[in-house]
Amino acid sequence: MIRQQQMQVVQQKVIATNIFELTLTGQLVLDMKQPGQFVHLRVSDQMEPLLRRPISISSIDEATLEFTMIYRADGRGTTLLSEKKPGDQVDVLGPLGNGFPDDKIEAGQKALLVGGGIGVPPLYELSKRLVEKGVQPIHVLGFQSEDVVFYEKQFQELGDTHIVTADGSYGSTGFVTNVLEMLDDDFEVYYSCGPTLMLAALEKMYPEKQGYLSFEQRMGCGIGACFACVCDTTEKIDADYVKVCSDGPVFPSGVVRV
Amino acid sequence: MNRLAIELPGLSLKNPIIPASGCFGFGKEYAQLYDLSQLGAIMIKATTPETRLGNPTPRVAETPAGMLNAIGLQNPGLKKVMENELTWLEQYEVPIIANVAGYTTEDYVTVAEAISKAPNVHALELNISCPNVKQGGITFGTDPFVAEELTRAVKAVSSVPVYMKLSPNVTDIVEIAKAVEAGGADGITMINTLLGMRLDTKTGRPVIANVTGGLSGPAIKPVALRMVYDVAKHVSIPIIGMGGISTIDDVIDFLSAGASAVAVGTANFVDPFICPTLIEQLPQKLDELGFETVADLVGRSHRL
Repeated sequence: MIRQQQMQVVQQKVIATNIFELTLTGQLVLDMKQPGQFVHLRVSDQMEPLLRRPISISSIDEATLEFTMIYRADGRGTTLLSEKKPGDQVDVLGPLGNGFPDDKIEAGQKALLVGGGIGVPPLYELSKRLVEKGVQPIHVLGFQSEDVVFYEKQFQELGDTHIVTADGSYGSTGFVTNVLEMLDDDFEVYYSCGPTLMLAALEKMYPEKQGYLSFEQRMGCGIGACFACVCDTTEKIDADYVKVCSDGPVFPSGVVRV
Repeated sequence: MNRLAIELPGLSLKNPIIPASGCFGFGKEYAQLYDLSQLGAIMIKATTPETRLGNPTPRVAETPAGMLNAIGLQNPGLKKVMENELTWLEQYEVPIIANVAGYTTEDYVTVAEAISKAPNVHALELNISCPNVKQGGITFGTDPFVAEELTRAVKAVSSVPVYMKLSPNVTDIVEIAKAVEAGGADGITMINTLLGMRLDTKTGRPVIANVTGGLSGPAIKPVALRMVYDVAKHVSIPIIGMGGISTIDDVIDFLSAGASAVAVGTANFVDPFICPTLIEQLPQKLDELGFETVADLVGRSHRL
């Protein structure tokens, strides 16, 4: 169920250059059922900046009623968000959208998780759930450069983790696809979140595999009413378009025209 | 007695708060959050004769205290709106104001004639002011003669009262308002968005794929308020006012300026519960100001 709630900041940490990890607490966490969903945040109680900010959920802890987001502070809204301190309240609307299905894969099988930059965070909760289920995750995480790499250790604790940077300053050099070319493709399902070009490259690379891709679009309402975030579809589904916020953000591979 | 009630042509509103067209879809999304029967009415998303897929993305951009949009009238088309959306809305005790859009007089006439027969459509809102489609729309809203003729054509076929939605992107909005009144309009809804644009400062490129978009949100309230005030002075048909309403004080201001009811648009994106919140706050605000009913408040700025 979608709810709106004032949630309390538990912790705010810088984990890489301009990359923040923010943990909030409140009852709304109990409604967060799926990795890959997002929340829509008001960063100010003034009229400026006006609109909510959609941010993906990177980790959910029902026991403590806490959830965590990882975001890059690069605009007015996210910069204001990065100034929130423990004890501050944040107006949260969520959980929104449809996340990554974890019932498409069984214990003992392998899953490939591919993340690009600020698309990496939602894969963390997914990976934790897959591991709990007995699935073996392989992570391939791409970043621009060493200073914006985050969560390498957290992912390593869950499974094989390959880091690649565009400028070669850390891990392998190039794009996630350069790493993927060298890996076995003995996985059952692939999951990905990142730039659209990366998602398109994965679909091309694994046409026979079952994949789930998380898309990004500029949003207005976040709940499907305003039609700001629509994407064209392929012949694979019987719909002329999909809305990233309420039909997605995660879609089976091949559904969204990339 | 319901002190929030307002009687308008075709519309017995239990309160004057209406979600604005284009900001509320066909109600389904907000129905997950609250009971739509609380609302005064619902202005549904613009409907055209055929399915429209709208403009390329990005379709929205934030601006100081506002936003730009260029959705491009995306909607499933007349047949599907009537079969799926309006039928679904029948479960709620709320009058529907159907927003009608098109490129030609025939488009408007076709949609108006059919959609006005739906049992829960109690009024039409003619979208002669959408700034985001390449032809049509705006042309009807910027030429008084064309606006008057279109009003007449739609009035001839509609089974319910017709409200014309005015564009602020004109030199003299009063002239257009008088023209639609002369054409037989039962009411006016105003204002639509103000044409604007935003550039990516680094690259110089427009942020919105359509290049320009319609500006909405608190930033446009003073413009909208002035226009409602001016039009109210010169026409005798009722006005549903809109443009940047996001607080109960904004509601009061529009009613004072001469609107008989108000529509809330962009504020739904900021606070999805804004409409029920405003309805809840209204009686107390009337008390504070010393008014017994909403109707008593309408147009008070003109009586000072």
